[in-house]
This record gives sequence, C-alpha cells and structure tokens, in this order.
Amino acid sequence: MLHIVVCIKQVPDSREIRIDPNNNTLIRQGVPSIVNVYDLHGLAAALRIKKEYGARVTVITMGPPPAVKSLKECISLGADEAILVSDRKFAGADTLATSYVLTKAIQKAAEEWGPVDMVFCGKQTLDGDTGQVGPGIACRLHLEQLTYVGKIIQIDLKKRRVRVLRYLEDGIEAVETNLPVLITALKEISPVHRASLSGMIRAARYKPPVWTTASFSHVDYNQIGLKGSPTIVGKTWVPKVRKVEGEEIKGETPEEIAIQLFNKRNVQEQLGWL
Amino acid sequence: MPAKKGTKEQMPDWSQYRGILVFVEQRNRVPKSVSWQLLGIGKKMATKLKAPLIALVIGDQVGEIAQEAIYYGADRVYLCEGPELKDYRTYPYSRITLNLIRECKPEICLFGATATGRDLAGAIATHLPTGLTADTTQLDVEPPPSRLLLASRPAFSEKMMATILCKKYRPQMATARAGVFEALPRDPSRTGEIIRIKNEIRESEIATKIIEFIEEKGKVHLEEADVIVAGGRGLGGPEGFKLLKELAQELGGEIGATRPCVDVGWISHDYQIGQTGATVRPKLFIAAGISGAVQHTVGMQNSEVIVAINKDPDAPIFQIAHYGIVGDLFQIIPALIREAKKRKAAKQHGASLFRS
Repeated sequence: MLHIVVCIKQVPDSREIRIDPNNNTLIRQGVPSIVNVYDLHGLAAALRIKKEYGARVTVITMGPPPAVKSLKECISLGADEAILVSDRKFAGADTLATSYVLTKAIQKAAEEWGPVDMVFCGKQTLDGDTGQVGPGIACRLHLEQLTYVGKIIQIDLKKRRVRVLRYLEDGIEAVETNLPVLITALKEISPVHRASLSGMIRAARYKPPVWTTASFSHVDYNQIGLKGSPTIVGKTWVPKVRKVEGEEIKGETPEEIAIQLFNKRNVQEQLGWL
Repeated sequence: MPAKKGTKEQMPDWSQYRGILVFVEQRNRVPKSVSWQLLGIGKKMATKLKAPLIALVIGDQVGEIAQEAIYYGADRVYLCEGPELKDYRTYPYSRITLNLIRECKPEICLFGATATGRDLAGAIATHLPTGLTADTTQLDVEPPPSRLLLASRPAFSEKMMATILCKKYRPQMATARAGVFEALPRDPSRTGEIIRIKNEIRESEIATKIIEFIEEKGKVHLEEADVIVAGGRGLGGPEGFKLLKELAQELGGEIGATRPCVDVGWISHDYQIGQTGATVRPKLFIAAGISGAVQHTVGMQNSEVIVAINKDPDAPIFQIAHYGIVGDLFQIIPALIREAKKRKAAKQHGASLFRS
C-alpha cells in the first residue's frame, strides 16, 4: 500500500488581516486561522489516491499547539494520522529550517508506518507565499520533484511511475517521474470534499501525536528555528500609494471627453499614433 | 567585518564571493522577458558593487540567447547546451546551476518568480544551503563593505512590504516577480564573454520525462501588452468585458480585470491584475469601473500613463491616475471606441491620399 505524507500549515486568513492606520502594524487579533488552502487541495488529492489505489495518508504540520485544530480538520476529511511537530526550539524558522524539521518528521513517519512513496505540499502558503518548503523537502529526501501540479493522471504501481500535468504560466506540461516523489499542489489538483459524519466523529475524538525535538533520534540544533534560518526580516513598511498630480478630463458629452483624451500628447505617444 | 554585539560570532570571509548571477529562463529557445528584467536590475546592483553581472543559459542550441544576454547587460555568460537540456527539469538544471555557483561564487543569484525559477531556486538554496527570498518586487544592495542584498517583497496580501536579509550565508538568493523591473534597452554593440560549461548528466540518469507541452496559444500575456483596458466591479457583469475588448482591440491592446470580477466568474483568472494576478507596466492603462484597492493597484501602478473612468469622484483610483474621467463607463467607453475608430480611419485616409 502507498504511504502518502501531506504537509500542511495553519495560517492566518490573510484576506482578513488589516493594517492599523495609527501605527502601521498588522491587526492579527480576531483573524481566523485556516488550513492553507493549497495544502487542503493537496490532501484532497492524496485522499483520492487512497480511494483509487489504496494508501495510508499521514498529515504533518509544524507549528504551535493551536494547529491541532487544523490537524483535526484533516482527520475529519479522511486522513489516517495527523502529527503535530511542535517545539519552542522550532520557532522563528524560515523555509530552510522548516524543510529540515518537516524532513525529520517525514523520516520518522516512514519509520513508524512504512516507507513514504509520495509527499504533498501546497504550491505555497497564504502567509509566507514562498513555495520553497516543498522543493526544500524534495532536495533533503532526494525525492523527485514535481511542482505546480494541477492534475494527477495516473500512478503505475508496478513501474512505480507517476504521470501528472503541471500548470505553468505559458502552458500545460505532461510529465512523468519515479516514486518516491514530492508534489506541490494547485487548487485544480482536486476539489476539497466535505467531511463525512464518521470523519467528524473520528476527528472529535482524535488526539494528534505531538513530536518534539526529543522525538527525533538526531537533531542538528544549528539547522532549526531562528538559528537554522539564513533569512531574517529587516524592516517592514506599509507601501504608500504612488500619487500623481492627475488631471480631470471634463466635457459636455462623452464624445467631447473622448476627443480631449485622445488629443493628449502623451496618450497619443503611448498609443503609437504619433 | 562587524561582529554582532555581545556574541563571539565572527562574520565569515565572503571576499571570494563576487558578482551577480542571473538565471536566464527559456522555452523552445525563446527567452522569457523576466530574464532581461533581472539583468536590468542586476546591472544596477552590480554597478553599485563594482562587480560583474553574470548570466547562466541552459538549454538545447541556445547560443543565441547567450549572445542576447550580453546585449541585455551581462558581462559574462555561462552556456550549457545539450539535447537532454531542451526542457527544464529540476535534476539536471539544478546540478548544473549548483556546480556553477560553487565554482564561480557569485554573491547574489537571481531567478524569475516563475514556476521554473521558483522550482529551481528552491532546490538550489536547500542544497547549498543559503537563504532565499521569494517573489521580490524591490531589489537593492548596500554598498561595500557590507554588500548586503536588500530583497523586499509584499507580505500579507500586499498590505505590507518586508525587506529580507541574508547576512550569514553566501550567495544571497532571490526570485523576482515578472513585469516589475525594467530591462535595459537591447544594445547589440555590447560585448562580453561566453563561457561554455559541460553537462555531465546523461539522459539515462534523469528519472523525469516530459511527455508533452501544450502551449496555451490563446493565453493572454498581460505582462507583454502595451495597452491594457481593465475593468472592475463597476462593469456589473461579464458583458462589460465585451465592451472593453472592443476598445482594447481598437487601441491594439488587451483587457484586464480586478480580482472580484474573477472571483465571481465574469472573466478567467488569466486576466487578473494585481495581487495573485499579473503585474503589468503597459504604456497606457485604462481603468474602467475600478475603485482602486491596493490589491489591484500594486499590479498596475507603474504603467506609463493611467486613465481612470469611474462614477465615484472619490474613488481611490483617481489618486494614481494621470487622467481622470468622472462618469458612466457605459457612455465613455463607447465614445472612446467611436473616436478611436474615427482617428484610425482618418489616418488611413490620409495615408492613402499620400500614396496616390
């Protein structure tokens, strides 16, 4: 049976975040936490593979204890196990340190429940927007890497090959590679179905295992948390709107306005009319 | 090098790391314009650092692109060619790039924030390892001695900007958004060095096979458009875009949209401008029925000339518009179409008179 690991992140719903106009800081209070939407679609794809080919689906997240809420949501949707990787020493991690810890957790999941054939990540998170953790994990685990996957066409279990469509800026690429593979998911990869009643009951009773630094046989403390993060945030600021001294174009009729606008020299210039 | 106060931490010696490396992306031997934009901003920073601007071109029979990279500002181009490198694949491309970085030790590496650029940069940064900043929209360097890359990017749905620093590792890496930075004018009189590097990876060692690539022919490339006529919620429905399309066609441009129009299904995501959509800087941008939320304006505020049409005289879009028209777009746009047609006809008439 395939063993699929899905990496998720609980994120603040960035659409709900506002800026306090008085001190230009983020207002995080009252902002709901959600499962990063691309991760949910990755989970949905994994659950579809489970249905079609048979698989064990393990969800992993690195985060603070409140992330249990998101893990339970994944259980309600049909995941077999959902692990919270949590330790104060992990705090402050950038994408490099995050991929290190998730790699440790995936290796441990492989020890517990069998070798991992596929890893799913969302194409990026809503709060970090980097899309770097997936390739980071693939690199550390020496997995084949397929990013921006919009459709899984087939898995050949005998040959251990997977064929997918990658949706890129300029077109669609049909591509095939070996298992084990890391896939980063677009929304198109699979619709997210609603939790079943039995899923919800299971989720309500489920207590996610918590893995800390002590849970791993070896942790390099130079590679986790703030210390393991090469990037730091320098300054932050609220972008000012670039204001221009605009000119209002007025006229009695729409025709007059149109004539005036098209008479503007710089408009004619930009249109290549001169 | 200054050490952090209160710690014994010694900054490593980075003096071997010099120069800015730009990964030049191509498909079917056509370079992506973001690559030239990266060379443009790379040149500015390289000048500040008095360091060379280096390009890397990988592909099958892409020597011409290496030459183009020089015309667009590169002092030195590394060229790696082979039939197995025709299409981008993570394994061979990342190995070649890694080997080059290890050998020529650039202090900064830049990639487009495209699917390919992000895929490649993510793999490389982990391998090295070093810090990588995603999707930057502002790039600058501190002058020597610090030579620090100031990689700034939007955060929290474009509501904030953050400068990301990578002090303890080299090279400093970033992906940069397409359409934000300006390319240098192509200058065929520029000279530079092209250095061939060998690809050691054979096809049999590459597990990933590209079955086919289906180019989206009808796909809009808003980043390339000279004129964009964009609509917002004020259009009231999908039909409004037909009207915009007509004007766009008369002016030789494309149409664009704000996110709410895409979210309600009036138009496909391909046309979305702003956060989670395209960043554009056309010569002329006409905003019709667009209020001017920051999530949209971040993607179009660098257009050369902005014309805003809105019923609401207080709409924020007027603050960034060079020409503002307060009125009903359903009257103004048709008038613009008629006037554009008239002028084109007059011009053609004039031209035919001249010929006879």
